[in-house]
Amino acid sequence: MSANSELNSWTIEKARDALRKGEISAVDLTMSCLTAIDAGDQLGAFVHKTPEIALEQARAADQRLKAGDAPSLCGIPLGIKDLFCTKGVNSQAASGILEGFKPEYESTVTTKLFADGAVMLGKLNMDEFAMGSSNETSVYGPAVNPWKVDERQLTPGGSSGGSAAAVAGDLCLAATGTDTGGSIRQPAAFTGIVGIKPTYGRVSRWGVVAFASSLDQAGPMTKSVRDAAIFLQSMSGHDPKDSTSADLAVPDFEAALTGDIRGKVIGIPKEYRLDGIPAEIDALWEQGIAMLRDAGAEVREISLPHTKYALPAYYVIAPAEASSNLARYDGVRYGHRAKLGPGDGITEMYEKTRAEGFGPEVQRRIMIGTYVLSAGFYDAYYNRARRVRALIKQDFETVFAEGVDAILTPATPSSAFGLGEMTAVDPVEMYLNDVFTVTVNLAGLPGVSVPVGLDAKGLPLGLQLIGKPWDEAGLLNHAYVLERAAGFVAKPQKWW
Amino acid sequence: MSIDIDTARKVAKLARIRVEETALPGLARELSGILTFMEQLNEVDVSGVEPMVSVTPMRLPRRADVVTDGNIQPQVLKNAPEAREGFFAVPKVVE
Repeated sequence: MSANSELNSWTIEKARDALRKGEISAVDLTMSCLTAIDAGDQLGAFVHKTPEIALEQARAADQRLKAGDAPSLCGIPLGIKDLFCTKGVNSQAASGILEGFKPEYESTVTTKLFADGAVMLGKLNMDEFAMGSSNETSVYGPAVNPWKVDERQLTPGGSSGGSAAAVAGDLCLAATGTDTGGSIRQPAAFTGIVGIKPTYGRVSRWGVVAFASSLDQAGPMTKSVRDAAIFLQSMSGHDPKDSTSADLAVPDFEAALTGDIRGKVIGIPKEYRLDGIPAEIDALWEQGIAMLRDAGAEVREISLPHTKYALPAYYVIAPAEASSNLARYDGVRYGHRAKLGPGDGITEMYEKTRAEGFGPEVQRRIMIGTYVLSAGFYDAYYNRARRVRALIKQDFETVFAEGVDAILTPATPSSAFGLGEMTAVDPVEMYLNDVFTVTVNLAGLPGVSVPVGLDAKGLPLGLQLIGKPWDEAGLLNHAYVLERAAGFVAKPQKWW
Repeated sequence: MSIDIDTARKVAKLARIRVEETALPGLARELSGILTFMEQLNEVDVSGVEPMVSVTPMRLPRRADVVTDGNIQPQVLKNAPEAREGFFAVPKVVE
């Protein structure tokens, strides 16, 4: 057994097996993470620490382990994205408008995790209301990427930037994320970890602060594909409290990791070969293709003709839904309320509260959404975008019907960029980060980002695998094959 | 489609977000930039395509229209910026 001070760097798999054998205790494991978290404040990952809850849960987990009643996550210390409502613990979606908000209820995902014995270390940084690709729109300030190759501080990506930084920096064993346009997969790729967005409806959205309800899905961010399978198992399943939650049996994801993909058909979409993409990304993609072919899969070029229109469709649909969802933040029932001047009525209260409480990117998206839903523009923008969305989904259905089992693409158009480097450019530039991931949300499909290599600067790069609806099991098995072939073991040098 | 200052003011009003007069030209420019990006959608032939309602073909489940919880007034009001006598309190709405 290695020194207990390094337990925080373990995978879920390794910790689970050691906990069950009684080689380590959940309390020791949790203490190791709490120590790493306190030493990792420069990463800006944990924004609300919950050591008392963690130790209480760890002690309870040790009791369960001793009694031989130990689900896979029993005693495993996790970080929880600030978007999840956790009872009695600040849950503010990294927004000033939810300052001080402590829910009186527990999200379905965290309820399930806790029922399986998981330990919550605290809440993780993110872009405000999950709107962003660099964690820079957070009211807490940015999370920082543990990977560092020069004097610059790099973004861990977004919106699940705190989750990615915490897992890559070994502050926890794994973390929850959410993904509306790429917010699990892009930060996973930027930090050299695994992140899976499940099929829309696989994981309950109840108690997760809503951004764009037809696109949002929660998923795990982990140090390995097997950990993603274990973690996703606990999160998944039907929830009557979420009307879009699917009433389908959840397969055994870990058992699906056979490593055998012989005869499977991998689609390579030609529309994902974009101008201006670094040669390194193309080279990585070619390597990934070769790895899956060597594993016995058949590689086939495919066409997804409406790919180009995914981003503009997304940036109509997501803000439209956000403008409706975020109408609830009015300073009446919870969160921030502006100080009012003499004579101010209820309209001034709404307008001042929302101007003070929302950051610039959230305000921008609410107003874009308001515009595309307003009389006279609803058909031209919103309905057109929903029609294009139907075509994007149809593109995928066509290739799956032709026998494709999974699709391989780059995860991001670049490696991690410097904090502050994108703030001067126009918002649309930032949106391009989602170019490879956003189609998957629009089509409701599962997608996973797997770390495959380093670029010339020494920063991690990931590839994305896209699966058929409800086939997370098959998708994870493809990811497992890619992970083993890539043999990605690099870790960031500790500078914090 | 370009957004002028009057339209920006109107959108901010509809969204119930206070935007100072001096910030309106910048806002109009930003919103116009984003809408220009969306104009690409006009290239797509969408004739005969229905707007997507649900990404997974499913009927929304229904349940009996009955009270399923209640008697949780303190919890409901717990996070209110201002609550009085069991109600949310707001500035005067009518004179």
